[in-house]
Amino acid sequence: MNLEELKDISKTVRQDIIRMIGKAGSGHPGGSLSMVEILVSLYYRVMNIKPEDPWWEDRDRLVLSKGHGCPALYSVLAHKGYFGTDKLVTLRRLGSILQGHPDMKKTPGIDASTGSLGQGLSVAVGMALGAKLKKKSYKVFCVIGDGEMQEGQIWEALMASIHYRLDNLTIILDHNKLQIDGPNDVVMSLGNIKDRMIAFGFNVYDVDGHDFDVLINTLRADNVPGRPKFVIANTVKGKGVSFMENQVGWHGKAPNAEEVKQALIELGGEI
Amino acid sequence: MMENMKSPRIAYGEALAELGEKNEKVVVLDADLAHATQTAMFAERFKDRFFNMGIAEQNLMGVAAGLALSGFIPFASTFAIFGAGRAFEQIRNTICYPNSLNVKIAVTHAGITVGEDGGSHQAVEDISLMRSLPNMTVMVPCDAVETKKAVFAASRIEGPVYIRIARPVAPIITSEEYDFEPGRAKVVKEGSDAAIFATGLMVAKALEAAAELENRGISASVVNIHTIKPLDVETILREAGKTKKVITVEEHSIIGGLGSAVAEVLIENMPVKMKRIGINDTFGQSGTPDELLQHYGLTAENIIESVKEML
Repeated sequence: MNLEELKDISKTVRQDIIRMIGKAGSGHPGGSLSMVEILVSLYYRVMNIKPEDPWWEDRDRLVLSKGHGCPALYSVLAHKGYFGTDKLVTLRRLGSILQGHPDMKKTPGIDASTGSLGQGLSVAVGMALGAKLKKKSYKVFCVIGDGEMQEGQIWEALMASIHYRLDNLTIILDHNKLQIDGPNDVVMSLGNIKDRMIAFGFNVYDVDGHDFDVLINTLRADNVPGRPKFVIANTVKGKGVSFMENQVGWHGKAPNAEEVKQALIELGGEI
Repeated sequence: MMENMKSPRIAYGEALAELGEKNEKVVVLDADLAHATQTAMFAERFKDRFFNMGIAEQNLMGVAAGLALSGFIPFASTFAIFGAGRAFEQIRNTICYPNSLNVKIAVTHAGITVGEDGGSHQAVEDISLMRSLPNMTVMVPCDAVETKKAVFAASRIEGPVYIRIARPVAPIITSEEYDFEPGRAKVVKEGSDAAIFATGLMVAKALEAAAELENRGISASVVNIHTIKPLDVETILREAGKTKKVITVEEHSIIGGLGSAVAEVLIENMPVKMKRIGINDTFGQSGTPDELLQHYGLTAENIIESVKEML
């Protein structure tokens, strides 16, 4: 899949996010839109997967620790063929396979149930440790949020990933700089994340989280032996919808019918 | 009578090391307490399958979940207070909620018999917390022999299991030949005047009380409820039905533990006279285990008094 096609699928995923959350009447558009390029890169160009066999033992794994961004992941999984795209509109409805936060027992392609912030990275560490123990070569990817880094458990897991030299683990920070109550640095400063991660011992990349070339090269690059990779993906919260971009208010609010229409026009989608 | 004595936590360490030999899927995680929980016995023999997570219990549970998702059978160990307490939400959301992940949470130093470390380290709420979680099996072995059987049984259960293990040296009251079956309570003494349902270290106290009551002409049955969830409703109703007088004894808060679980069953099926013996809605404190059991009313004498009051 070439760059233009990746951009097209990203546009479709963004349209899906707007339609799904609009229809559900609740959800998290800002942090879903910010990580579209990250997920499209992973599922279309980086990860070794078999959508027809979601539990294939040798597959690469993705743990979406910032589980509230799941509409983006659901859309990508549907377009990859894990389940029908017709399911997308059932998001958050009673009995749906698409829960408000990722549920591995309901959704094909979800490798770990997440949503309670700070917990997914530990599971990814366990998976990476498990792969080492089984002498399997699959890789584990974990997307975390910047606000999520305020959870103490994240730092416990970071420590463990370094201690156990998990070079089969790649942590991707969707760094959109905003959280529910405001900018990260106003709510609880994260300091210089890059310096902190270098000090921890990570193989650190600081990249544009919406640039496919850079993202794909970074995510595909071999890890330094014995070191996990930490990718700071600098993103824009609400990316692609002008009135949502960099707006704290769109963290966890559904667009109304008029807003859905306007967003879809901007994204070149059918209304 | 001189009894055979052994600490259940030592039995836990030995059982793990033996299990590790038999099942190479078994991996063990600890949070800097390997020499207290006795997982060090496993660590010495199976270095590659032991992971110290440091003093980080939340991560301990999450990493265990990730290992379970990789096909292993992780035993995650720490003290009861830090496992069921500090990492409660990790156990709920990362182990039980996803898909009943195959993690065994085996905690030691449960209850007030932790002793001198005091109230901050004495978990008396853990059974209550753990049994409220869907998909969780909760076992409270009564002695060293039963602890080993519980560990092996847990490894054969597909899904999360909480095993509550005591710290002190305690009498061995079960035998190697005894057929331990999770979810199946064991009547360890028959009786016709009152039924004593006990769990953990309190089973031995209940037996001691029943023997003394026998001397005084009172016949009390003693039932070892080693599995709090799933609860053996059939045996509870049968034994309660024989005597219509029930006493529960646990080294745990009377709120939410064995007493509550038995009361829930009885009130819906067969309301009978009942008395719960346990920690009476308070925290523990420093002292020797025996002093604390005395202070909080968890002795054979307390059980005897309760039975007599009820008759």
